[in-house]
Amino acid sequence: MIKNATKKLYLSLILIFLYAPILVLVLYSFNASRTRAKWGGFTLKWYGSLFKNQEILTALFNTLFIALVSSVTAAVIGTVACIAIMNLKKRPRAIMIGITNIPMLNADIVTGISLMLLFISLGLKFGMRTILLSHITFCIPYVILSVMPRMKQLNPHIYEAALDLGAGPVYGFFKVVFPEILPGVLSGFLMAFTMSLDDFIITHFTKGAGVDTLSTKIYTEVKKGIKPEMYALSTLIFMTVLILLLLVNRAPSDKKS
Amino acid sequence: MRITMNKFTHMIFMLCAVFPVMLTGCQKASGGENGEVIVYNWGEYLDPETLDLFEEETGIHVIYDEFDTNEAMYPKVEAGAASYDVICPSDYMIQKMIDNDLLAEINFENIPNIKNIGQQYLDQSREFDPENKYSVPYCFGTVGILYNKTMVDGPIDSWSVLWDEKYTDNILMQDSVRDAFMTALKLNGYSMNTLNETELETAKKSLIDQKPLVQAYVIDQVRDKMIGGEAAIGVIYSGEAIYTQRENPDLEYVIPKEGTNVWIDAWVIPKNAPNKENAEAFINFMCREDIALKNFEYITYSTPNTAAQELIEDEEIKNSEIAFPDFDKYENLETFRYLGAEGDELYNNLWKEVKSQ
Amino acid sequence: MNKKKLLGTPYYIWSAMFIIIPLCMVFYYGFTDKKGAFTLENITAIASAEHAKALWLALSLSLVSTLICLLLAYPLAMILTGLKVNQHSFIVLIFILPMWMNFLLRTLAWQTILEKTGVLNSILSFLHLPALNIINTPYAIIVGMVYNFLPFMVLPIYNSLAKIDRNLVHAARDLGADGLQVFLKVTLPLTLPGIISGITMVFIPALTTFVISKLLGGSKVLLIGNVVEEEFTQAGNWHLGSGLSIVLMLFIIVNMVISTIFDKDGEGSVL
Repeated sequence: MIKNATKKLYLSLILIFLYAPILVLVLYSFNASRTRAKWGGFTLKWYGSLFKNQEILTALFNTLFIALVSSVTAAVIGTVACIAIMNLKKRPRAIMIGITNIPMLNADIVTGISLMLLFISLGLKFGMRTILLSHITFCIPYVILSVMPRMKQLNPHIYEAALDLGAGPVYGFFKVVFPEILPGVLSGFLMAFTMSLDDFIITHFTKGAGVDTLSTKIYTEVKKGIKPEMYALSTLIFMTVLILLLLVNRAPSDKKS
Repeated sequence: MRITMNKFTHMIFMLCAVFPVMLTGCQKASGGENGEVIVYNWGEYLDPETLDLFEEETGIHVIYDEFDTNEAMYPKVEAGAASYDVICPSDYMIQKMIDNDLLAEINFENIPNIKNIGQQYLDQSREFDPENKYSVPYCFGTVGILYNKTMVDGPIDSWSVLWDEKYTDNILMQDSVRDAFMTALKLNGYSMNTLNETELETAKKSLIDQKPLVQAYVIDQVRDKMIGGEAAIGVIYSGEAIYTQRENPDLEYVIPKEGTNVWIDAWVIPKNAPNKENAEAFINFMCREDIALKNFEYITYSTPNTAAQELIEDEEIKNSEIAFPDFDKYENLETFRYLGAEGDELYNNLWKEVKSQ
Repeated sequence: MNKKKLLGTPYYIWSAMFIIIPLCMVFYYGFTDKKGAFTLENITAIASAEHAKALWLALSLSLVSTLICLLLAYPLAMILTGLKVNQHSFIVLIFILPMWMNFLLRTLAWQTILEKTGVLNSILSFLHLPALNIINTPYAIIVGMVYNFLPFMVLPIYNSLAKIDRNLVHAARDLGADGLQVFLKVTLPLTLPGIISGITMVFIPALTTFVISKLLGGSKVLLIGNVVEEEFTQAGNWHLGSGLSIVLMLFIIVNMVISTIFDKDGEGSVL
């Protein structure tokens, strides 16, 4: 009993730690004052003006579109690459993993500027396309890094057994291997999605005029103070996802466990 | 078995091939009846309504893009990553762009509204644009001290308070090389554009002495931290003074007696601008008094448009010494000049020594 | 087996194009001076007092943060695996969700929490407890790092824990192992790949961060990430910035070596 209580306490403390700043953001969104330093009374006006603000809504759409396309693509390329990398000899494998880590290790600004120079030398027109190419690039490592551990734990004999029993490699992969690595793919996809949502610097250097994401809007707003509509939008996104999440979890899906 | 395998690899290659095609579809074409103009401005640095008005009146479609620092803007323009028609950099950056041959001379025949810009601002612009050929001032201001009356003893009028041990852990310094060195150079009575190494060494020593007293080096956070009463004294741009005072009446802005930096953000046209005439039409529109007034009211950064200054209804702001100081009344007002790559490096290395203490 | 190696082709092409070529540019800048002549100065610059100190500070802060993340995340992941949640994705999302709020907004929110007159101190003073002044100190930076990178540690460990066959644990128990022994001999070794992934994903971004030290450290603590960033933005010296980045890349190699050492079944193929 005590053990269970400690577990619950520990879990709650961590969740408080993770969600405390989110709570602060939610409070900002109801703050009548434009500054984060002062509580100017409760208001809902920012929610109203949010939906009239075409720029923010377009930026929201761009952000989600970019995040979705780049994380899905990264998940596919990354998972497939993972299979290949696992089949490499020890040394080339270590090298490939090293290369994979480079976009993570390089300061964003270095990645951003070098990609910008690359796109210029390729003669690409800056716009949505260049943003997507760069986002996919920095998303892939997150997929590989989360799929890799699952792959390593995989028992190779199951797959071989499936082949011996007459399954084709693709059939065998989707029936035997894929379900096993799925949690890794999923969390890799989510991390990639998250990183893409959040990125500012690389987007800044690889975007064309007039294409904005929420991040680029927020960062350029810092000089004059962040628009409270941004807090309202963050709150709405947060609430939507949270409610969806709770609904999905409530729905009976016992077949998995 | 072999066939299925091939199918799978096939699928992946297909995906890779289809992908770029898919992306090309995402680029949308747009343009007004009289073409377009691509504007690159600071974030939140004009009233979006003025853009609509411009489109209505001229039939020129505006593609609006924003940057957050001069330094983030520069490489994009220099590399030609995206071509812009009008940009709004600050003084020293304009000079750097002129030096590197990135700017086009403006045809002032297309900008009759230049008459609205006060002469003292055009004179001040000569510091970075000696013949007033490349730039049209859009906003200006000073850098000064913002202090909380309830947290300091008596009025403040000198940079030396930033070195007063009474205010240990209550001082917010600017986290940018030139602004930080400006305070220390002015404190010691030197020019803020100096390249003299002994002067710079002295300034560096001052900044190192100051470090233990500083609560934090910040840029945009000064505003919110001062409003919230986190610190007693902060170095801030005058454009924030009106706003911060409105939010917290205890705050007071002062231009220190040793002199300070007058900064000017101005419209320029890059050499590779695809729509130069539209760019000039845009600049001219921004110089119209009613538009300049609208922008001033939206962003609260001082406008050099004297015709617009006359139109301000709030007498207190109209006559405000903070918003519209008479440059002749102050001594040692200077504007940042670009010091060349070597000058930048010199300042930067000294600043790094301060920061790593 | 050759077919499987072929599967990597899209990624190999991709990484050659968008990782290796840009990397070559970084190397070009790192090994040349402003006139384009070859030089080692940008690399050896790491030895100068300011840079070495910044690197040392960044290393120690990110190591401490990684360690804290690991110590927090491992028990957490174990609790999570024990929970009867019928949806794996639910747990993953609970930890990812805070990160969908913009990074800058979240870090600013931490400022509001930790400031002298901030939320935390208001609560403390309400409870008549002494105020906590950690804003603008290295401690605040560590809080920021742990907060931002903790999910990157939890998820891979949780993933590899969830993958462990319960029967192995039961078998160990039946054979007389106590809780600690089961953990040390069965659980820990099996989750090693997850731990290594987690360490990489926390340590590497923590090493190069500059926003956290700016906003929560009040820019009073200069980290190597700040130096690189400032060389590119404020100083406009891409050569030195690139040179210092190359030095940072040494840590990839260190990381590679460590993962190869721990990667015991390195020769075995998975599929």
